[in-house]
Amino acid sequence: MAKSSMKYQGSKDYIASDELMNSVNIAIALQKPLLIKGEPGTGKTMLAKSIADSLGKRLIIWNIKSTTKAQEGLYVYDTVQRLYDSQFGDHDVSDIKQYIKLGKLGEAFTSDEQVVLLIDEIDKADLEFPNDLLWELDQMSFYIPETRETIVAKHRPIVIITSNAEKELPDAFLRRCIFHYIAFPDPEGMERIVRVHHPNIEKRLLQQALETFYALRNVPNIQKKPSTSELIDWLQALVVGGISPNRIKQELPFLGVLLKKNEDLDTLLNHLHGKTQASRPVQPSYSSLNRYRY
Amino acid sequence: MFTNFFYTLKNFGVPVTMNEWQTLLEALEAGMAGSSLTGFYYLARAILVKTEAHYDRFDLAFAAFFKDVETPEGLPEKIWEWLEKELPPLEITEEMRRNHRQLDLDELRRMLEERLKEQNEEHHGGNYWIGTGGTSPFGHSGYHPGGIRIGGESRNLSAVKVAGMRRFQEFRTDETLGVRQFQVALRKLRQFTSRLEGEPTELDLEGTVQKTCDNAGRLELVWERPRENSIKVLLLMDSGGSMVTYTRLCNQLFTAVNRSNHFKDLKVFYFHNCIYDWLFHDPHCTLDNYTDTEYVLRTYSPDYRVIIVGDASMAPSELTRIGGVIEWGLYNDKPGIDWLKRLRTHFEYSVWLNPIPKDYWDWTDGAWTIRRIGEIFPMEELTVDGLERAIKALRSRQPARV
Repeated sequence: MAKSSMKYQGSKDYIASDELMNSVNIAIALQKPLLIKGEPGTGKTMLAKSIADSLGKRLIIWNIKSTTKAQEGLYVYDTVQRLYDSQFGDHDVSDIKQYIKLGKLGEAFTSDEQVVLLIDEIDKADLEFPNDLLWELDQMSFYIPETRETIVAKHRPIVIITSNAEKELPDAFLRRCIFHYIAFPDPEGMERIVRVHHPNIEKRLLQQALETFYALRNVPNIQKKPSTSELIDWLQALVVGGISPNRIKQELPFLGVLLKKNEDLDTLLNHLHGKTQASRPVQPSYSSLNRYRY
Repeated sequence: MFTNFFYTLKNFGVPVTMNEWQTLLEALEAGMAGSSLTGFYYLARAILVKTEAHYDRFDLAFAAFFKDVETPEGLPEKIWEWLEKELPPLEITEEMRRNHRQLDLDELRRMLEERLKEQNEEHHGGNYWIGTGGTSPFGHSGYHPGGIRIGGESRNLSAVKVAGMRRFQEFRTDETLGVRQFQVALRKLRQFTSRLEGEPTELDLEGTVQKTCDNAGRLELVWERPRENSIKVLLLMDSGGSMVTYTRLCNQLFTAVNRSNHFKDLKVFYFHNCIYDWLFHDPHCTLDNYTDTEYVLRTYSPDYRVIIVGDASMAPSELTRIGGVIEWGLYNDKPGIDWLKRLRTHFEYSVWLNPIPKDYWDWTDGAWTIRRIGEIFPMEELTVDGLERAIKALRSRQPARV
């Protein structure tokens, strides 16, 4: 554990909780991939950037799509190009190496200094995808049969993997990771996050907006709960639109910025309607937030 | 020195493995926990727990191990001894049925607790004490239209609460008779990805030869889209007491589904009588091995084909009441019927297979719940023909009518 001197302590444009910093440091020290889960908009992807910035390392991002294959992360052998080249005869095609193109993982392995590798939204890919990467992430090496070459990581990259929990990840894969769930920030934490983006926002406006925001998130049966990024956009809209803080709770201005599904708007209307009939005030309850906090 | 913590975690349902445990020990040796319990807490959680769904169980285990926090106690050992003896089945007459008032669930629980305090010896037969046979609402092998079965085998299929363990065999056995027929039926459950979607990744050899010839020998490659089965299956099986009668039939179906390797994904969960907040990983349906139903609803896409196998026969309270779950010590704050409706709304391709022959549905013990569940899910009997009809239903989207 020679690398224990290196500690992640958050960066100025990213607010990380102590728990999260702790998990990051555990993963770095144990040299294991860190799997990050959490609601959309809790800053999973931003975390890797923040780690790279604060440790002064290069960030390599591997964006996963539904068609991404594990192999693509290692290398691609461009056979077609080689065939074409051989037909025209204006290239020397005997050197296969020039047709081997390293993928993001390969790039991270061959880098001359340690890098931060972000494998973003791993759950987007096929069910088998994580299993196909087990060996490479464990051993930090892979073999290219075409050139009889083994690529070994010069420096084990710091691997950050994010998942939106769209698919379940295989157990064998999970066993090799350090896991952290980013809980949705509580109102105080959220205030700090908002201040990073809107340093000069009026206190009362922010307070009213936050209360409304958390009340909305607690409306039962909302399918797509508004997240941090939507809150920040909404605040921007409120500031630009010059909305007075007093009107926020009553009128819910620019609601479309927060709720993006028609069904959710209907759910909210029904909910508010039901509440007025029962003549109960809309009270935000923060209890559901504390589910993952200790 | 923490080895017992490993077992505590396992008992609380956190699936820890040796690998992860080793990693934790290494981390501890490297002094990464500092020397504080909080440090140890975060270190252990980051290394051992792999899904936020298990955070809660980890906390319980942690609290239990390090703070001696009280955990819910099982039934007193004494009662198990009373119940070890069994009696021959009891004949039920219409008169007996009338004589018994249908008891309310809460009332039953309260009565059982009082009875536990009063009773201090073995009892068999009779209608008051906890024991075997007889018509007291508590115990097993006896008859009471709405009693609490404690251990034993389900005999007259009317216990409202089973407090105690069910020791049912794992469903996975190698039944051969009938399996093939089921398999053939399951073969029909497939849907190939169309030639129009997805990435063209397969080399079309014939097309390539054709094009290359057209080009007078200059190579031109032609790619096509592969065709593969895209069907994903979610199998939910009832392993409740009344299902024991149909174990053989269910085994056959289960074996057939398992042998069908043409599905893109196959997931199996178990439940006891009705589905609530928990979907269990094995037929024993214990709380140390389950996935939250909520999690399944959130994670599994609506294109999963859902096959529920169960007799749909239960006490009405199990289906419609809050706290109606049959498991002793469990509590559901949403009635089972709400969960069923949510499953049905989320999974538009879903069917219910009932091992009870269709002709009996109208007059069997659970006729009322069979009818209610039949209104939510398309229900077929678990026969080869029924399975074929079910598969036909699974091939097309059927929006929920609930």
